[in-house]
Amino acid sequence: MRTENQKAWLFVIPVLALVAFNALVPMMTVVNYSVQETFGNNQFFWEGLGWFEQILRSDRFQAALGRQFMFTAIILAIEVPLGIIVALSMPRKGFWVPVCLVLMALPMLIPWNVVGSMWNIFTLPKIGLLGYFLNDVLGINYDMTQQPISAWITVVVMDVWHWTSLVVLLCYAGLVSIPDAYYQAAKIDGASAWSVFRYIQLPKMKAVLTIAVLLRFMDSFNIYTEPFVLTGGGPGNSTTLLSIDLVKIALGQFDLGPAAAMSLIYFAITLLVSWVFYVLMTKDDQP
Amino acid sequence: MIELHDVTKRVGQVTHIKPTTLTLEPGQFNVLLGATGSGKTSLIKLMAGLDPMASGRIEMDGQDVTRLNTQKRRISLVHQFFVNYPHMSVFENIASPLRVAGMTKSEIEGRVEEAADLLQLRPMLNRRPSELSGGQQQRTALARAIAKDSRAVFLDEPLANLDYKLREELREQLPDLFAGRGAVVVYATSEPEEALMLGGKTALMDDGRVTQFGTTSEIYRNPENLSAARVFSDPPINSAAVTIMRSEAELAGAAKWALTGAAADLPDGLYTVAIRPHRVLPVRSGAAEIELKGRVIVTELSGSDSSAHFQMGAEAWVSLASGVHPYRIGEDHVFYMDPGNCRYFGQDGRLVA
Repeated sequence: MRTENQKAWLFVIPVLALVAFNALVPMMTVVNYSVQETFGNNQFFWEGLGWFEQILRSDRFQAALGRQFMFTAIILAIEVPLGIIVALSMPRKGFWVPVCLVLMALPMLIPWNVVGSMWNIFTLPKIGLLGYFLNDVLGINYDMTQQPISAWITVVVMDVWHWTSLVVLLCYAGLVSIPDAYYQAAKIDGASAWSVFRYIQLPKMKAVLTIAVLLRFMDSFNIYTEPFVLTGGGPGNSTTLLSIDLVKIALGQFDLGPAAAMSLIYFAITLLVSWVFYVLMTKDDQP
Repeated sequence: MIELHDVTKRVGQVTHIKPTTLTLEPGQFNVLLGATGSGKTSLIKLMAGLDPMASGRIEMDGQDVTRLNTQKRRISLVHQFFVNYPHMSVFENIASPLRVAGMTKSEIEGRVEEAADLLQLRPMLNRRPSELSGGQQQRTALARAIAKDSRAVFLDEPLANLDYKLREELREQLPDLFAGRGAVVVYATSEPEEALMLGGKTALMDDGRVTQFGTTSEIYRNPENLSAARVFSDPPINSAAVTIMRSEAELAGAAKWALTGAAADLPDGLYTVAIRPHRVLPVRSGAAEIELKGRVIVTELSGSDSSAHFQMGAEAWVSLASGVHPYRIGEDHVFYMDPGNCRYFGQDGRLVA
């Protein structure tokens, strides 16, 4: 007895076509490059998994990957708690709500390369306001163009400045959706401020917080424009994150094969870590 | 016992609760009955200490709690929405106020299990609220209120979001759940029927004021004023202007009847007569019944009751009778009422007879 309606496939076609054009086709081009070698003239030679092996074994890739994980870990460790704290301290009703929301949204409205330029000019020693202030007023030896530590701090602070707002706005949306009745129940039970956070606000924020962590992970793991404009990956290779390294290989050296292989490895890592985050953060929700 | 002395509440320029004096006692349900926006929830929040009072004084068991914050008032509150801690099991939800109070482990377990048994939550103790039905979630909230050693339990329309059958079931259980606990139980509702079924005492609320307070059945039978009569009637009570002259009432061009009993002594003048819909019937059922001629405008059949809205002069009245009556919209029909069931209110809205 077969009564399945094969027409259902028709309805899936638009989605399949869309996914094919915006993901599968471009990605297959990269897959195509990643297993071949070319010397121009549109001539290609089969290379197999050689590029993948070369990339994974290279010290340069491993170092860039290490820097990338460190950067993302620092960013998440600062932006998520800071975002929650700022969201908790924002007013929930009244005149100041729109003011706070606009102030929070401002950094996110600035184009990424402008953010990079802004912070570059702002922090240059001698010329930049912050650079001048740190060196000549406070007497702190700070030069992000020369010292790796200074460069790292600057990149991290810039990202925190640019993207903490996203975490704040998402958490805030979660917080204002909690009905007053929950706070009243907590008050009646005599719960402490910490208990209210731990047992009401945090659980109620969890869904948006999961999205915030995922977005911040993916964006910071794939970050390119801002650190590139700010430090260009330097001094030396100290702030050469994965995507900056990738562009150097692909466009600087025009090694299409290794760059394609690296792109796929990069993509796989992003996907895998995002999946792990997602599973860890939502595993409590399954009954 | 909760005593309110001239309690008021204002938000900005708006007065939410006008001066209210009320004494609520344990041992029976104290129902706050009023339409949406009449101030039931506002009054509960004042007693619970969740909102600040503009003036007045509140005492609980003789202790002045006016300046005492919510945590120290030893109260429980069950909301219309099902409020439970989402990431705690049912057991932990019921136990949470007990833990805050610093009870021992065995004492907590005993109390939680007792409350869970009363509300048939035993098999669900290890589940999360999100895994429960609406009725079970609300029972969990009720169990938390019961397990806690409260001086007062506020139930703010606790059954409003449950479906019909669950509501009936839980309403029957409610008085037994709180019987013999010594806590003052305050129950807010907008349904007159609910107040009647719960028994106890009722405070009628209208526009931020308590218009009448007393034994529920007594208020139903003898509303002190027109507003109380209107609040405590579903469908709404029939009312009309009447002229009384020499112990005879005349309802503008529709009917005329002789006054008996206390009403016979009313001085001549203008009054409002009110009679409940189920006292206006489509068939004659006694010698004392007088005729009301009207034109049927709307009919409704609900189960075994039929109601008819009919136009009589300037007034539209409702008749609610058991059994199915064949009305036709637009036709003239004679309805009957016993003048002995009529209540008369003066021009200030107060009951006079």
